[in-house]
Amino acid sequence: MKKYTFTEKKDTRSGFGAGLHEVGKKNSNVVALCADLIGSLKMGDFKKDFPQRFFQVGIAEANMMGMAAGLTIGGKIPYTGTFANFSTGRVYDQIRQSIAYSGKNVKICASHAGLTLGEDGATHQILEDIGLMKMLPGMTVINPCDYNQTKAATMAIADYNGPVYLRFGRPSVPIFTDPDQPFEIGKAWMVNEGTDVSIIATGHLVWEAIQAGEKLAELGIDAEIINIHTIKPLDEEAILKSIRKTGCVVTAEEHNRIGGLGDSVAQVLAKNQPVPQEYVAVNDSFGESGTPAQLMEKYGLNADSIVAAVNRVIKRK
Amino acid sequence: MSADIAKLESIAKQVRRDIVRMVHSCQSGHPGGSLGCTDFFVALYFNELHHNPKFNPDGIGEDLFFLSNGHISPVFYSTLARAGYFDVSELATFRKINSRLQGHPTTHEHLPGIRVASGSLGQGLSVAIGAAQAKKLNGDDKLVYVLMGDGEIQEGQVWEAAMYAPHNKIDNLIATIDVNGQQIDGSTEQVLSLGNIKAKWEAFGWEVLETNGNQMAALIDTLQDAKNRTGKGKPIMILMKTEMGNGVDFMMGSHKWHGVAPNDEQLAVALDQLEETLGDY
Repeated sequence: MKKYTFTEKKDTRSGFGAGLHEVGKKNSNVVALCADLIGSLKMGDFKKDFPQRFFQVGIAEANMMGMAAGLTIGGKIPYTGTFANFSTGRVYDQIRQSIAYSGKNVKICASHAGLTLGEDGATHQILEDIGLMKMLPGMTVINPCDYNQTKAATMAIADYNGPVYLRFGRPSVPIFTDPDQPFEIGKAWMVNEGTDVSIIATGHLVWEAIQAGEKLAELGIDAEIINIHTIKPLDEEAILKSIRKTGCVVTAEEHNRIGGLGDSVAQVLAKNQPVPQEYVAVNDSFGESGTPAQLMEKYGLNADSIVAAVNRVIKRK
Repeated sequence: MSADIAKLESIAKQVRRDIVRMVHSCQSGHPGGSLGCTDFFVALYFNELHHNPKFNPDGIGEDLFFLSNGHISPVFYSTLARAGYFDVSELATFRKINSRLQGHPTTHEHLPGIRVASGSLGQGLSVAIGAAQAKKLNGDDKLVYVLMGDGEIQEGQVWEAAMYAPHNKIDNLIATIDVNGQQIDGSTEQVLSLGNIKAKWEAFGWEVLETNGNQMAALIDTLQDAKNRTGKGKPIMILMKTEMGNGVDFMMGSHKWHGVAPNDEQLAVALDQLEETLGDY
């Protein structure tokens, strides 16, 4: 098992804030909109340095999405910022018609995704957003794993012309990827090569997968770990190459079992080469209040859950 | 610019013929609101807008128009074709398979003149505000226009946008509401009363004008007045009173022709009332 260490923990939303500020310096067409959550989205530096290109829309997410669509007409590259719940479910029709169907170059940036926003509870813990967004034709869906990758993704999407959903979160998590990494949309990242099982993880679950890989190594199981930061378009080639070697797969995500990364992988397997698959995901329920660690344990989204899923799936080979 | 009212009225007659024929041909679509807004579209595209039928989606250096109530696509398509955005023969494909003239306007099929999809109501004002902000950032002094239906302003998003524009001094924007008092299930008064529309928009901080949307001279005057009021720190709203189905006697003044196509006999009666001025497609 390849060794991954970290010296610092940070929230992925701060990676977004840093990336937005950086890309704002490089590209004067980048503009940002926020629905009364500048602090939570870490958009303060961008607002301070580029006040003319920053739009505070108030608590009016539908208007924000429509405005973002309009700003693209004339060549701007709008980044919208609010919580994942208000970035997707609340404004689904606005995104569908004014952005996705209209093919607008809007970057929908969503913080506080999943259970790990913690104490605010289920009203704010959206676990359906990946599914909602990936079902929209032409929408790119990205869920990076740490601060550095979120920063790199935030900058990279400015160079891609088309609608993007960029998902990140609130808790401090280990920084284990390269600060100067190139970010290629749709390209899986091989975290660890192995032969016994493929663990395909996204977002906060990538670090948990690494922890699981170390535990599995002690049990004599050689796990291949793949970081899927882009859920759509999915790197089918990397997934198929891996499962042809390992013969089974565990998918891991901070999302509902229905409609997330696991279902996207299952579709690839069903079409190409069916192998046993286990899901590490929320089992079709809403979340609740608690600390992030408590919630990830209760809903089965941590390293121990991945280890258990690997043990199940290997028996099914 | 002094407008040739007679010429504009003549164009409007042909656009009305196009609308009735398009809707009849596919036996679907929305003739009522289209006929009611015909004079507005003709005034806009043949007198008011600085626009280039050699279409560029970004529209830098051009006035932009957004149709928020996308169901009145027949009048939009006919006006665009008659203004030279695409050949009028394409109007025959309206709502038919493999057409660029979808039931509701879309950028998806790359029809010249369309800059955003519309149909699901309440979204156009927000898009127009965004486009107006982009113009300001680009140092582009041209204007952004948007049309909504009166029933459409029952959508909550409209009021989010209504609050945003005055607060942010979006003064390169001229919005219009087609006040015909009708919606699918009946009159707006019966379905969900809009109350004092003028007072509502004024209370939100808009400069509000009123006009008769079926009188070409009045429309031209109001559009000029609106333009003169731009650049002064406030967004402009024109409340345009129209008659649904205007120009075809049996369609006028009723919500019944909101989304119903005429049969062969009704088409003949309608066309008898609408002179062919520019040649049918």
